[in-house]
Amino acid sequence: MTLTEIVDIQKIRADFPVLDQEINGKKLVYFDNAATTQKPIAVINALKHYYEFDNANIHRGIHTLAERATRDFEATREAVRKFLGAASTEEIIFTSGTTNGINLVASTYGRKFIKEGDEIIISGLEHHSNIVPWQMLCEEKGITLKVIPVNDRGELDMEVYDQLLSEKVKLVSVNHVSNALGTINPVKEIIAKAHAVGAVVMIDGAQATSHLDIDVQDLDADFYAFSAHKLYGPTGVGALYGKKALLEAMPPYMGGGEMIKEVTFEKTTYNELPYKFEAGTPNIADVVALKAALEYMDSIGRDKIAAHEDMLLQYATEQLLQIEGLRMIGEAKNKVSVASFVIEGIHPQDIGVLLDNLGVAVRTGHHCTQPLMKRFNILGTTRASFAVYNTIEEVDRLIAGLHRVKKMLA
Amino acid sequence: MTINEIQDEIIEEFALFDDWADKYEYIIDMGKKLKGLPQDQKTEDNIIKGCQSQVWLNAHKEGDNLIFEADSEAVIVKGLVSMLIRVLSGHSPKEIAESELYFIDQIGMSQHLAQTRSNGLVSMVKQMKNYAIAYQLK
Ligand SMILES: Cc1ncc(COP(=O)(O)O)c(C=O)c1O
Repeated sequence: MTLTEIVDIQKIRADFPVLDQEINGKKLVYFDNAATTQKPIAVINALKHYYEFDNANIHRGIHTLAERATRDFEATREAVRKFLGAASTEEIIFTSGTTNGINLVASTYGRKFIKEGDEIIISGLEHHSNIVPWQMLCEEKGITLKVIPVNDRGELDMEVYDQLLSEKVKLVSVNHVSNALGTINPVKEIIAKAHAVGAVVMIDGAQATSHLDIDVQDLDADFYAFSAHKLYGPTGVGALYGKKALLEAMPPYMGGGEMIKEVTFEKTTYNELPYKFEAGTPNIADVVALKAALEYMDSIGRDKIAAHEDMLLQYATEQLLQIEGLRMIGEAKNKVSVASFVIEGIHPQDIGVLLDNLGVAVRTGHHCTQPLMKRFNILGTTRASFAVYNTIEEVDRLIAGLHRVKKMLA
Repeated sequence: MTINEIQDEIIEEFALFDDWADKYEYIIDMGKKLKGLPQDQKTEDNIIKGCQSQVWLNAHKEGDNLIFEADSEAVIVKGLVSMLIRVLSGHSPKEIAESELYFIDQIGMSQHLAQTRSNGLVSMVKQMKNYAIAYQLK
């Protein structure tokens, strides 16, 4: 294969100060991007600038700082709307992240509209945060949880999905991209089929937003949640997209300031969208900095980021498969830059500990997807996940590291 | 030997290594040599669950002393487990309960006993001491 430069990698690496350090005397190789990506200086500066110049509480003050903070906060909402392809900023609710978004939908839409005897469908690829909120709801209301199984390549079994669908199904919640395996799920098809039986669909976009172009209207998703920290933005902030009609019909999630129109001790009227779902002072600084992260990705070009990552994944997969005893877990036809694997006779944790000593940061374990690990009959995997700032040379470091690790453990 | 004498002995052994890899190879070797537990003793009662790997710990008394046996799926953890057994097993419950483990820090392995490593070792040390306290009261 030809390893042509798709992006200006040296320039990009210079944007990420954290990459320029040594671990145990070796240059850091950061391959834990599916857990969280590193932050470009533009994002760090946005945070710094906010606290140095603009900090104020939003939406309430009439002074200049409050106006500036409100303006920037709302500018991110517009940026997220555009990023997701939503019709209106009323449909963009700021959350603390994907987990928060899923819980919001389960607690409000789920509690109000799903009843005993109904069914919810999730998939065998889900992160615990797209399993547990639904289990909690099912237990509370006597709802049945059904699971779309996963085939040997790590793809959803769409035939079984067809069979699971019925009039009883009120909600389907699946991830757009699997965090453990990198599988890109056919969410457009999943959504269309769910709609055909009258079910609404929640998409966990945590792993998709840094790799794929998202268009919630084209997908016809009812809800779509993501976390900023996985797309070069700050931790502790994310957004939930919801179709306006659904959000309007849903009761609020938390009560407090900001989400109300008028409060008397007899009755409270709720604020309009999206504020109805944003009780209390939000994470203003990080919301503001999220816009810088989205702009950063656009400045490189989302298609170029994806092409660079695909090149790394292809190269890494070829190299990994040459290691004796190594088996890739997750060989979907459509996948993002996640290489999950096991090596015969070696516990993933041992690989992770030794690679760390070689300066290579990977993730090992079950990746918060214990049912999926059980499906493959493994304890966990070693996962290398690539971002825009990673290089071919770094992949070579991983491969050399694995050879060394194998020798040490032999 | 007392618990502290054994700790000092281990610290001396590790002082010979100036390379991280030598240290780890030594730990891996100890992990491989640890007898571990037969399958029927790897019970739910004995398990100490970490997020990534788990440890099984068994304790029984021989004469006045407490004997520990343990196992793990991950060989580096098993090597560390083997050292913990070498230090603590075969002493009186009182000695074990009152012991202070400093060798792990001294040999540069303290990160493995940090909560974040999620390997069950922290809980294992706690559990060893709990056994000692329980046997002291008997
Ligand atoms: C697929 C998937 N869903 C949900 C989450 C949870 O995201 P957060 O912890 O940011 O709420 C993650 C993060 O690891 C994920 O990968």
